[in-house]
Amino acid sequence: MTTLTEATGTSAARETPARRRRRVDRLPYLLLLPCLAVIAVLLLWPLGQVVMMSFYKLDSVRQLRGDREWPWVGLANYAQILGDPFFRTVLRNTVLFAVANVALTMILGTLVGLLLNRLGRKMATFVASCVMLAWATPALTGTIVWKWIFDDTSGLVTWLFNKLPDGLSTTLFGRSDWTGYGWFNDPLLFFAILTLVVVWHSFPFIAVSVLAGLKSVPSELQEAARVDGAGPWRVFWSVTFPMLRPVFGILVVLSTIWDFKVFTQQFVLAGGTQDRPTFMLSIYSYAEAFSPPPKYGLGSAIAVILTLILLVVTGVYVRMVLRQEDES
Amino acid sequence: MKKVALNGAGLLVALFAAFPVYWMIATSLKPNREIFSATPRPVPAEPTLEHYREILTGNLIPGVTFTDFFLNSALVAVATVLLSALVALLAATAVARFRFRLRTSFLILLLVVQMIPLEALVIPLFLMIQRLGLYNTLPSLILTYLGFSLPFAVWMLRGFVAAVPKELEEAAAIDGASRAQTFRRILFPLVAPGLVATSIFSFITAWNELIFALTFVNDQQKYTLPVAMTFFFGRDDTAWGSVMAASTLFTLPVIVFFLLVQRRMVSGLVSGAVKG
Repeated sequence: MTTLTEATGTSAARETPARRRRRVDRLPYLLLLPCLAVIAVLLLWPLGQVVMMSFYKLDSVRQLRGDREWPWVGLANYAQILGDPFFRTVLRNTVLFAVANVALTMILGTLVGLLLNRLGRKMATFVASCVMLAWATPALTGTIVWKWIFDDTSGLVTWLFNKLPDGLSTTLFGRSDWTGYGWFNDPLLFFAILTLVVVWHSFPFIAVSVLAGLKSVPSELQEAARVDGAGPWRVFWSVTFPMLRPVFGILVVLSTIWDFKVFTQQFVLAGGTQDRPTFMLSIYSYAEAFSPPPKYGLGSAIAVILTLILLVVTGVYVRMVLRQEDES
Repeated sequence: MKKVALNGAGLLVALFAAFPVYWMIATSLKPNREIFSATPRPVPAEPTLEHYREILTGNLIPGVTFTDFFLNSALVAVATVLLSALVALLAATAVARFRFRLRTSFLILLLVVQMIPLEALVIPLFLMIQRLGLYNTLPSLILTYLGFSLPFAVWMLRGFVAAVPKELEEAAAIDGASRAQTFRRILFPLVAPGLVATSIFSFITAWNELIFALTFVNDQQKYTLPVAMTFFFGRDDTAWGSVMAASTLFTLPVIVFFLLVQRRMVSGLVSGAVKG
């Protein structure tokens, strides 16, 4: 151990007396100890617990407190979920929602990033500040405001649709009076509004990251391509995109992870956990576990399925980050 | 011509991004007859603070005011921040100042645990909170948020610690300062700005959280602000003026804090992706 310390020791260690040098070995571990304890107890242990709970039939809080038996049911919870046609609806909702939201967030975010890079200084600062506002707004209040904008009597969108010429509105949508129209009742429309809310919340991060990427690579290449007569589309795909490929990789993975487990926005927009046709995995798991009658085992099994899906995505992400740490 | 098109696009983006925030504040300042009129006004014609007065003086439930929920939230968030900052500073110092065998493994662990879907941990953490007898207490939330905010805090803070020149500490050591003195007199003051930035992120995490607060606390008097808002304002005949006033009061601290630190957010999440 001592020789290892000497070989790889920090310069600070070299200057301290010999007796202290031996202590240096243990110090970093002592400093890490509280952090490791927190991670182990509050993140890793529960992760193991949720897997374990998914193998039991847990239907009451008294079982959780330890006052009652935990009947082992093996894979019965998984069998019940996977055999339920409703699970297929939930999985389809989750995947389609994630794919649509990642695509839209990436496209809008990238476009805004490119735009910010081309705008004059003052205009860029102004637009960036506004974009920051959307990013900074908490998921909860951001969603509440959108809900107000889509309110069925005094909401702005209802008013806008009422403003449409009656003839046009009737031909397009089959109605001219939109007062009292339940914007959140039709699942497809609900998902469209949820997508609007989630994209509004998440495109700023993409835009700012893309902008940071653009600022860090030399712009001469793009200018050269432009001088040579390449259109904006060509410049982006042949010059800009290849240079920023690592950034895009990480952004896509992060967005995928976030959009797979959207909860707060959906919970607020749907007004709780009653709107089953619009369920996605995270809210499905929560509703099964906590809506009376509670089914903690079943909810755990759904949570495990969600985690497994995200595990695959995470593996891709960690490999990307590590490769880049090596390169820099 | 091209310049005009670009600026026009810029204005559209700015409008889309900022409008909901503007609309929240504008609505909170309108009297009810303007809020519920058939023709919405873009700007409050007769601005009023009546909705703010309403939520700040009235009881949301008998004996409990908006301010009480605000204080519950603040207590939880501040406690989370203090604990998280202390633990993160120790760990970040270890990672940034020492080379030891498990250093890389620890960094990988930090990355991996940040990817754990927290939504999947509601049920097992509920079990833990029940077993510990912490159900229906604010410490149950402090503990939970500590776990959520710590990995990112360490990840971010290690950069700040690494940025402090080692030579300063070495010089102090040569002058006879003990390790503890070096830490307190040299490293800590220089890392303090980074510690503030990191703490703001922990604060926002704890302040905004809804699901766990909804699940672990049953007693209405102990609700945090997000829970109180979904619970009392989620009804059909919504009093939008009060809701928007409450939302504004909830959102403004977050926006102010966020704007102070957003630069770090990008570098923390995409660290290493872009050189320079």
